[in-house]
Amino acid sequence: MSTESSPWEEHFGSRENQSVAAQLGMWIFLGSEVLLFTNLFVGYAVYRYYYPEVFVEASKHLKAEWAMVQTLLLVTSSLFVVLAVHYIRQGRQLLTVLVLVLAIGMGLGFLGIKGWEYWEHWKEGALPGEYYRLEELPERGGSLFFTLYFLLTGLHAIHMLVALGLLGWLVWGALSGKYTAEYHIPVEVGGLYWHLVDIFWLFIFPLLYLVE
Amino acid sequence: MNPAAGSNQPAVTYLNHETTVASWLLTRDHKRIGVMFLVGVIFALLLGGIFAMALRIELLTPGPTVMGPMTYNRMFTLHGVTMVWLFMIPAIPSAFGNFVLPIMLGAKDVAFPRLNLASFYIYLAGSMLTVFGMLWSGADTGWTFYTPYSTVSPTTVTPILLGVFIIGFSTIITGLNFITTVHTLRAPGMHWTRIPLFVWTIYGTSVIQVVATPVLGMVLLLVTAERVLGMGIFDPSRGGDPVLFQHMFWFYSHPAVYIMVLPAMGVITEVVCAYSRKNIFGYKMVAASTFGIAFVGFFTWGHHMFVSGQSTFGSGIFGVLSMLVAIFTAIKIFNWVATLYGGSIDLKVPLLYVLGFIFLLMFGGMTGVAVATTSLDVHWHDTYFVVAHFHYIMVGAVLMAFLAGLHYWWPKMFGKLYPERWSFLAAMTIIFGFIVTFLPQFLLGNMGMPRRYYEYPREMQWLHVLSTAGASLLAFGFGLIAIYLLWSLRYGEEAPMNAWGSRGYEWYSGSPPVPHNFTEAPRFEREVHDYTVVEGPRVY
Ligand code: HEM
Ligand SMILES: [Cu+2]
Repeated sequence: MSTESSPWEEHFGSRENQSVAAQLGMWIFLGSEVLLFTNLFVGYAVYRYYYPEVFVEASKHLKAEWAMVQTLLLVTSSLFVVLAVHYIRQGRQLLTVLVLVLAIGMGLGFLGIKGWEYWEHWKEGALPGEYYRLEELPERGGSLFFTLYFLLTGLHAIHMLVALGLLGWLVWGALSGKYTAEYHIPVEVGGLYWHLVDIFWLFIFPLLYLVE
Repeated sequence: MNPAAGSNQPAVTYLNHETTVASWLLTRDHKRIGVMFLVGVIFALLLGGIFAMALRIELLTPGPTVMGPMTYNRMFTLHGVTMVWLFMIPAIPSAFGNFVLPIMLGAKDVAFPRLNLASFYIYLAGSMLTVFGMLWSGADTGWTFYTPYSTVSPTTVTPILLGVFIIGFSTIITGLNFITTVHTLRAPGMHWTRIPLFVWTIYGTSVIQVVATPVLGMVLLLVTAERVLGMGIFDPSRGGDPVLFQHMFWFYSHPAVYIMVLPAMGVITEVVCAYSRKNIFGYKMVAASTFGIAFVGFFTWGHHMFVSGQSTFGSGIFGVLSMLVAIFTAIKIFNWVATLYGGSIDLKVPLLYVLGFIFLLMFGGMTGVAVATTSLDVHWHDTYFVVAHFHYIMVGAVLMAFLAGLHYWWPKMFGKLYPERWSFLAAMTIIFGFIVTFLPQFLLGNMGMPRRYYEYPREMQWLHVLSTAGASLLAFGFGLIAIYLLWSLRYGEEAPMNAWGSRGYEWYSGSPPVPHNFTEAPRFEREVHDYTVVEGPRVY
């Protein structure tokens, strides 16, 4: 019988197998997350095709420079998460905690910018669906652009929150000494999730902010 | 371990090693989770069945019979929602899949037992939210939630949309868990070519679940957002496109039909082998056709949209692709029949359901080819012909396989035998009742009776009465099964270790199995269902 305190689960037979299973499970989950977002990308493609000019005009209401900053923050945070995996493999728990905390800080920075951006849209009336108030752009197409904008970035932000929670949980686990050079499956798997959230942004950013 | 002398049963089983309520509610044992799912889906079947009987009673007479038109709209929505999302999708994978799949692979559990338990509670939460929405005011959109109506309907659609969305998560998690289990937890000797065909179908189904369900989840969320925030994605007055909903919805929901039917086919394969005492004819073909169906299923959604204004060329392509599914299905049917042929057939109740299954699947499948023919579908679309078609193929098939599996694995799950005569009677009632219920609906549809209608011309009445009579028989049959199964739990004869002399791998474990399935690692030295080698009962 496995005891509650041991992180190794007996039904896997071997430790390598448990690691393989955790990675495989996570990859499948990531695949299904990709498909979740794909819907919105498809919706974006369809409506972009219906209203090409409006979409280009609407995207000029977004803050592309700040989105660039956000992108840099995310890419750097991903680097730190890679480092976290690297350090925990060597059993260096404090360094792991340090880089994870840095990554969390950058994630929070990202969300802060996002919140401020939303606030600006709110003041401007660039809102989805029936709340759309922008005068300069036709409602047909314009409101759809902002609907998709809020759906994509909003869904992404929710994923960020979940992923931040995950990183926080990893920090806690690393601090309490649960992860070691032998046992670091959660750090690897959690790191994968962070990279996924990061990669979504790398698609969202050009689509919404850089359309021409 | 060999069973103790005198008794055929292991003394400590997954049922009796812990008996507190908490030990069930917090269990991580896949067998207990399977049993809990079984209870859950049977409740859903009961609920959906009550709604179905309400519909049939209303349709006894051409005009109003027992309810108003709005109530009728709600009833058929509730019936469809319950049956599809709460019963048919989880029934076989989550209940039987959970119970037997790890045992068949020689594993102690699924890869992620805690996620597995979570999956059950997510299903429960989603179902409760859905049922709550139904009782609150009841949606009247039909189980397909078509836009733009579903975005403006005054009834409470939102909790139902969210409930189904949540159930979708349960589906994804279960699928993910099974795929990982098959990849990582096969016992020594369990090569890819030895994996039982039931496991293959659950594997194929899991792939569909993981790939298709997120699409459904998103589209349900979009409809919810549209209702709550007036998003405009599907609202033509804001420049949105209501047909986009249909594309996304059927991109999931057509493959979803295979989420229901493929596991059913898996159960049928196991049962056919066990009662004809032969290994399957053409193992590789049957396994491969599972993936053929799963794959092609993703390219056929347009056959639900022949009259939505898509191009004629598109419709033609979708029609032809749909017919490919019939080819893969036929491969399976031929292989079952070839297995039965020359087998030493033991016509026990599960095999009786197999015969019902094959009949319904063939008839339903052929009418499927008919409705996939664009020109014919224009005549039959949204009539009772379609209702009859999908009841034959998906409801008939799932129900038959579900009952076959329930009887076949009953001694495995609970260590009791069900009474043979009563179950035979019930099976005959159900198969006959099913045919009487839905055969007249083909004729009704061909005469032009639209689906989801509350009234109809007098000439059609006799067919409706016939259909209601069949439904009553069905209900009677279900009642019978409920009674004798519950009876057998308490008073039934103790089942021997391997009640059917089956060579399916799941019988390597005890009946009922011990807590971690095996007392020592099982050895898989022969092909599954190989009856040519002589072998005493062996239980690990
Ligand atoms: C027990 C006997 C059953 C009877 C008498 C029955 C009867 C009906 C009737 C009258 C309708 C409405 C047709 C319409 O107005 O369009 C219907 C629809 C439907 N039924 Fe059944 N049904 C039965 C069992 C089942 C089962 C077991 C399932 C699923 C496992 C099922 C799934 C569906 C679905 C998906 C629809 C479509 C609902 C819609 O399009 O809104 N039915 N059924
Ligand atoms: Cu279809």
